[in-house]
Formats: sequence, structure tokens, C-alpha cells
Amino acid sequence: MAVLLIVLLPFIGVLLAVASGRLGRRAAAVAAAGPTLVAFALLMSLAPSVLAGEVLVLSRPWVPALGLTFGLRVDGLGFLFALLILGIGLLVIQYAYFYMSRGDPLWRFFSYLMLFMGAMLGVVLSENVLLMALFWEVTSLSSFLLIGYLSDRSAARRGARMALTITGLGGFCLFAGLVILGQIVGSYELTDILASGELIVGHDWYLPMLILVLIGAFTKSAQFPFHFWLPNAMTAPTPVSAYLHSATMVKAGVFLLARLHPALSGGDAWFYLVGGVGMATMFFAAYVAFFRHDLKALLAYSTISHLGLITALFGFGTAGAAVVGIFHIMNHAAFKASLFMTAGIIDHQTGTRDIRILGNLRRAMPYTMVLALLGSAAMAGIPFLNGFLSKELFLKETLTAPMMAGTPWLLPTVATVGAIFSMAYSVRLVHGVFFEPGQGKMPKEGHDPSAGMLLPVAILVAICVVVGVAPQWTAAPLLAAAAQSVVVGELPAYSLTLWHGFTMELLMSAIAIGGGIFVYTQRARLYDLAHRIWPGLTGGAVFEKTVELVVGAGARLTATLENGSLQRYLVLLLVMALAAGALPFIQYGFSSGPQELTPTNPVAIAVWALLVVAALATVLTHRNRITAIICLSVVGLLISIVFVYLSAPDLALTQLSVEVVTILLLLLALFVLPKTAPRESSRLRKGRDIAVAALGGLGMGAISWAVMTRPQDSISDFFLEHATYPVGGGTNVVNVILVDFRGFDTFGEVAVLVLAAFGIYTMLRYANHTFVEGVPDTADDRYPVVLVSASRPLLALILLMSIFIFLRGHYLPGGGFIGGLVASVALIMQYLASGIDWANERMRLNFRVVAVIGFLIAMVAGSVAFVMDLPFLTMALLGMDVPLVGESDFVMTLLFDLGIGLAVVGSTMTILSELSHMQEVEPYDEAQRAKESDPWKP
Amino acid sequence: MISVAINLGLAVMCLCLILNLIRLLKGPSTPDRILALDTMYINTVALILLFGLRLERAIFFEAALLIAMMGFVGTVALANYLLHGDIIE
Repeated sequence: MAVLLIVLLPFIGVLLAVASGRLGRRAAAVAAAGPTLVAFALLMSLAPSVLAGEVLVLSRPWVPALGLTFGLRVDGLGFLFALLILGIGLLVIQYAYFYMSRGDPLWRFFSYLMLFMGAMLGVVLSENVLLMALFWEVTSLSSFLLIGYLSDRSAARRGARMALTITGLGGFCLFAGLVILGQIVGSYELTDILASGELIVGHDWYLPMLILVLIGAFTKSAQFPFHFWLPNAMTAPTPVSAYLHSATMVKAGVFLLARLHPALSGGDAWFYLVGGVGMATMFFAAYVAFFRHDLKALLAYSTISHLGLITALFGFGTAGAAVVGIFHIMNHAAFKASLFMTAGIIDHQTGTRDIRILGNLRRAMPYTMVLALLGSAAMAGIPFLNGFLSKELFLKETLTAPMMAGTPWLLPTVATVGAIFSMAYSVRLVHGVFFEPGQGKMPKEGHDPSAGMLLPVAILVAICVVVGVAPQWTAAPLLAAAAQSVVVGELPAYSLTLWHGFTMELLMSAIAIGGGIFVYTQRARLYDLAHRIWPGLTGGAVFEKTVELVVGAGARLTATLENGSLQRYLVLLLVMALAAGALPFIQYGFSSGPQELTPTNPVAIAVWALLVVAALATVLTHRNRITAIICLSVVGLLISIVFVYLSAPDLALTQLSVEVVTILLLLLALFVLPKTAPRESSRLRKGRDIAVAALGGLGMGAISWAVMTRPQDSISDFFLEHATYPVGGGTNVVNVILVDFRGFDTFGEVAVLVLAAFGIYTMLRYANHTFVEGVPDTADDRYPVVLVSASRPLLALILLMSIFIFLRGHYLPGGGFIGGLVASVALIMQYLASGIDWANERMRLNFRVVAVIGFLIAMVAGSVAFVMDLPFLTMALLGMDVPLVGESDFVMTLLFDLGIGLAVVGSTMTILSELSHMQEVEPYDEAQRAKESDPWKP
Repeated sequence: MISVAINLGLAVMCLCLILNLIRLLKGPSTPDRILALDTMYINTVALILLFGLRLERAIFFEAALLIAMMGFVGTVALANYLLHGDIIE
């Protein structure tokens, strides 16, 4: 239970931070720190059992069919990471409170930060790998928000986009890899996966799965060649860099390597891929870091380098190396977070992060200097600091790495050269900022910041020192517990002591320190050299170029397919449908069924003949648009007679109300459009269109004929049987299907309707009015008194009719949809008669809100079933009696229907009244229109 | 007797609808067409009522009522369009 709370508390913190919006900075900080502190305490309460080697697993079913459970797991590794996330999280919150500028809306920052914290805890504490992938995505998203936090800067937006693209792409690959992994093992639970190492490594799908999972890990941990997003993410506020981009999020990749180490590390591919990429990254990034002049860029590359080191350690695939990898994760988190915070302090106090400009700060910022010195020394691997221990163990592992029998010198050499540069940039960080005179003038005269800002750094540095001096009494138990989850079987022998005697690795360390200092003394010459031969090919540039190419190709493809001609889309759509529909005819032929034909009568024949004539007339008169609309009304009217005749009263009522609303819509639209259509189709095209239309119509007719002349068991029998009591609870089968059997469809359709209304509202509100052609006003009397006085009683009558139709819906033809449409017509009638201003004065309703409320009511009515532990939108099966109201299912369906009705009224009114706003005419300008009609103009 | 009257009425209403449609197609002016449409609405009401009488179904009356109301709104909208262009001001 505590596990669940630990993961959920940060998400509660998100809500608290948002809620604290108006209460100021301090409230926001408390809202973030409170849940973190509680979660930290809860985690500590688990410490005794975890350190004793227990694995706590909590699992709740979620989507069993997919193998997805809400499973959480606390073992040594998860505990260590949770400790880092929550502990450093607390320090970062404290630091951010002082760091972020006073004018900043801190609640927004903290809500993003807490979102990240929760997601990251989810990643490290997941038992189910699918759940882990889910949290993994959330870390990418929240990291995007945090990197782009200063969204008015284009560099921040670019960095955020780059990070999201790379890590998002990696997350996608990871997800695919995890699905394959789950398929291999037959379970998505970590417990099962970790126990199936041999099965996985021997499987045919091992290599593809491994590559996909590794892409996920490498993108997140900024390994070569995906490293470039991390330096670009340095546009984030420094607390974010300290937290996400050094201590936690970038560690998710190496966490994944550690987590899956027992299951995946058995194969040769693992060693070459993980070890190779890790070593390359470690070496390359250490080299680049030395040449960065921006403090944060230097630290970013240094982080990449150290992550490479950790990756390489896991890549070696031996138990000993894995233990060292975990140890370095702990140490790196401590010293790198402290260094990022120090960089932030320097930036905050002096106004610049450029090492060339900064200088001689040792007198002005003595405390900062001491902390930076110790942090950098830990980073460089100087004895008596934690970095030394893990770095020396790393060097030792390179000497004994497996599968390198042919070239035993290769890994140690690469590692030592990398360590030389690591030493060099560490020296540069301290010497360049605090001792060497700067080359320019700093924007501000720096001085030490307040104690509140220094405190988190001091705590981290203290950890570095204490662990460095006395590792056995501090880090050892935690390391042992964490290592146990990464290693199968007994833990290998390792010694966490300062002095191992005169060994090879000590010599390598000494070379690294001496060499680093030498490289630093030669820096002027090296910068000069690097300036001349630095390659122009950088990861960032390749990325931008690729994105440009992909976007360009996408735009070209879209432009080819979507050229703005509606006629063309229609033809393509119809031809596709024709092809699909023609296939059965070609395969099986066409024949009439055995069913006897029903007799018809002369009236029906006459009506159908009229229908045909009216439909043809609509097509023939289409160029004179107002006549075409009138013909279209006739078609709608005749169709509703047909519905009545064929005993489909529901359809007839719906058709009638839709018909009149459509006419209103067309008339409103016609106002802003040309009144006659230009003659633009060639003879050939007309022929093609006629052929397509005729084939389509005849095809549909043939299909209907073939179906209806055959006896069949249609699904309607089922509905007819079950619609009435006790299952459906109504007697109008159409309505019961709409609100109950197919309630989810109806719910979705209403959602679409409301969304469409909002889309139309937004588009028209900001529409370009230069198209408006208008119609000359020839009326003497704007509001004829006959019309006005006729419309008032009609309002009451139509509304009454609407309520009647609505209420009766469950038992006889009617329901929310028709009722809503009829009510809309009643309201529009008033607009027509007396104008929109008059009507709005008397009807103070925001119809957009009405639409949303309607949708929410429908949702609530559907959700009531959850209380009874039944699926969404179960209506009639509730079957309880509510005093005074009657059966509850009736109440629920009525409520659902009411929601639908309100949504229909709201949407219809929103669309129609927004269209009528278009008519605040501006003069028609042919030249302007020609310019605007380019569909690709942004 | 009543059934003969109803059948006769149905025949007449069909004829009316045919004539209305001819007027609607011939025009010549738009008000002519709108008037023809409005007459079609009214004749449809009659047609449906007669049908309801013949089949003895009360539900037809509702459809007729709705057509009467909707037809009115449609006609007003068309007339407004002719007069002002913008049907809602």
C-alpha cells in the first residue's frame, strides 16, 4: 500500500501545485515539497525490509487481455532510484524556490516538476513492463514541458522539440521491444521476465528485441549517436537540468539496462552493442566537454560521458561490472546534481555561464568556490571523494572485460584517455571560473547567494565527501541491496575501500590525473587547433536537416493528395467505394432473391416519381444556388413522406427537423458565397462524374434489391425481442437502441457533434471576411409585424412539441435528438423574426456551455453504472426502484437523452448563430480574394 | 363511403403535388418557387393526414404537425433571404 502511495503522491502534488496558483510562490513550493516529503518518509519506512533483501510486489489487474496490470515493485534497485528521485527532488524544490525569478508563475513550474517526479517513480517502481513504458512516455512529455518552460525563447522551444522527438521515438522503439519481450516470455511481469534469462537469450527474436529496447535506453540516456538532444536541452531552467538531465531522467536509460540486466545480458550482442556504445560515448563526450565554453554545455557533455561509462559497465555483462555501474549511478547523481546547481548559482549571480568571461570569482564567491571545487574533484575522480571509488573500480573492470582477449589493451586505453579529458574539463571548470582572470566583463558583480540556495548543494557535496571517505559505512548496504536485484545469484566480491595497494588501476588513475592537468596547461593550443578542425557535422545539425526533409516530403505528399478540390476528393472516395462494392458482384454475380414483392399503390408511385424529378432538378439547377436549395427542400420533404409511408416515424421526424436546419444552414452559408456557381467542369469531366454517380446509385439499388428480396435473420429481431422489458426497458425499439444497446455509439456521436460545433465556432470567429459577397437589402420593413406576432405563439407551441417528443421517446417515436432539433428550430424562429440582438437580450444563454453541459450530463448518466460495478452506459439492467421517480433505468435513460438533447440544441445554435455573425459584411474585393484563395497560404 | 372519399382525396393531393412541382420548376421568379415549396408543405400535410386516416394510425398526425411547423420556418427563412440576404440579423 505504501508503494502505491509513493507513486501517487507526486501526482497529488501536481494538483496541489495547480491549486496553489493564486496563493503565491511559497504555497507552490509547499505544495510540491509536502507530498515529496511524505513519499520520502514512506519510502524510508520500507528501507529495513528492502535492505534485508525483500522484494515487495503489489499487483492489481487492469487490462488482463493485454497482459497489463497495475503492478508495482520495490526491490533494491527500485528503492535506490526512488531514493534518488525523491531525495534530490526535495533538494531541487528548495533550490528552485530560490533560483526561479520572482515574477515567474512558480506553480506552473512545480506542477510540471511533480508530474515528472511521479512518472519517474512509476518507471523505477513498475512491476509490469507495459506500465513502465507508459510512465516512460510521461517522463518524455513532462521533460518536454520543462525544457520548453521558458517558452518565449526559440532555443528553448527547439531544444524541447528535439528532446521530445528523440526520446519519444526511443520510447516508441522501447515499447515495441518490450512487447516482443513479453511475447517471448509469455508475461509482462518483471518477476517472470527476470527469471527467464536463458529462454530470452536463446530466442530467435532476441536480437530485434534487444536492439529496440536498447534504442529506448540509449535515446533516454543520451548515448551516441542520440546524445545531441541533451546539450540542446540545457535551455531548461537550471533546477530542471540538475534534476532531470543529470540525476534522474537520463538515468532512466541506464536504469533500464540495470533492470533488464539479469534477463538480457547473456548474449554476445549485448556486450558489443552496449559495451561498445558506452565506451564510445564515454570517450567522445569527455573530449567534446573539454571544448565547451558554456558551463552547462560542459556539464551536459560530461553527463553524457559518465552515462557512457555506466552503460559500458552494464555492457560488460559481468556481475562485478554491474555492481560498479550501480555504484557510479549513485555517485554521479550526487556530484553532477551539485555541479549543475553550482553552475546555476554562478549564472544567477553573475548573469553569464561563459567560462571565458567568468573569472576570479574565488574572492567574491568563496563558499560557492569550495562546493564547486569538491564537486569537480569528485567528478574528476580525486581520492577521498566518491567519484574516485567508482572510477577506479571502472578502470579495473576495463582490464578484465570479457571477450577482449585479442586486444586486451584497447578498453583500458580508451578508458584512460577518456579519464584524462574528464580530469581536464574538471580542472577547467574550477580554474577557469574561480582562479583564472576572465576575458570579458561579467553582467553582474557576483557574490555568494543566500544560504537557502547553497544548502542543497552543500548537502550533495557532503554526501560525496562522506561516501568518498567511508564508503563501507555509508553506501555499502544500499549498494548491496540494489546490486542484488541486478545480479543473478550471489553477489560477486568487491571492495569499497580507498586503498587497494599499488595496482594497475591506481596507475591508470594517476595517469588520468597527471595527464588531465597536462592537457589543461596546453589548452590555448588545443582550442586553437579545435577551432580550425572542428567538424561541421554535429548530431543537432543532422537532426534538424532530417526533420526538415521529413516535413518537406510530408508537405509535398499532402499537397499532391490534398489539392483543395472537394470534387476530386469525392470522386476518389466514390471510386474507391465503387471498387469495393463491385467486387462481390464480379465474384458472385447478381440475382434477385425468392422473396415475394410487396404490392405498392399509386400514391407511393407518384411520390417516388416526384422525388426522382426533384432530385434531378437539384442537380440541373445547381448553378443557380437559391433554386437548387429550394429543390433540395422538396427532396427532403418527399423523403420524409416516404419514411412515414414505410412506417418509420422516428426517421420521418428526424428527417423533417434535420431538413429545416439544413436549409437554414445553407441559406446562411449562401449569404457569404457567390450566388451562382461558375461553369468550370469540362464535358469530359461531366461525363466522368455522371458515370460515377450513376454507377454508385445503381450499385446501391442493386445491393438493396438483392438483400431485401432474400429471407434473412437480421439483427433487428434480437433488438425487437430484447428492447422491451426486462432488458431494454422501453417499448420504442429505436430509442432503446440509441440510448442503451448502442449507447456508446450515440455518446461518441454527440461528442463529435459538440466538437464540430466548437471547431466551426473557432474557425468562423477568426475567419477572413473578405469573401463575403452579401445580398442587397430590399426590405422596407425589417421586422414585419405579422411575422413577429406569428413567431411568438409558435415558440411556445414548438417548444411544447419538443418537450413532448423528448419525454415520449422511450416508449413511442421521439427522443432527445429529435427533441433537441425541434427546440433549436423554435429558438431560431425568434432570430428569424426579430433579429439576433433582440433574441439574445431575452435569452441570456451561452450555447457553447449548453452543449458542453449536455455532453457532461450524458457522461454522468452513463457513469452511474460504474457505481453498480457494471460497464459504462448500462442503463436498464440497474433495475432499482427510486422512491417518487419510479424505475431507475427510466430515469437514467431519460437523463442520458436529456444530455443528448441539450448537446444538440447547444451545438446547432452555436453553429447557426456563428454563421450569421459572418454577415457583418465588409466590402467585396476581387483582388483581395484572388490573393487569399491560395489554399497553402498560412 | 369514407374510404372512397379518402382515396379520392389522396389522388387529388398527388395531383396537387405534381402541379406544385411543375410550378416550382418553371418559376419563373424565385418568389414563385418559394410559394410553390410552401404549398407543397401544406399539401404534404394533407396527404399525410389522409394516409393516417386511411391506415388509422395516430402517429401520422404528429409528422403532419411537425411538417406544418417546419415548413413555416423554412418558408420564412427563404423569404428573409430574398428580402435581406442575411436571414438572421
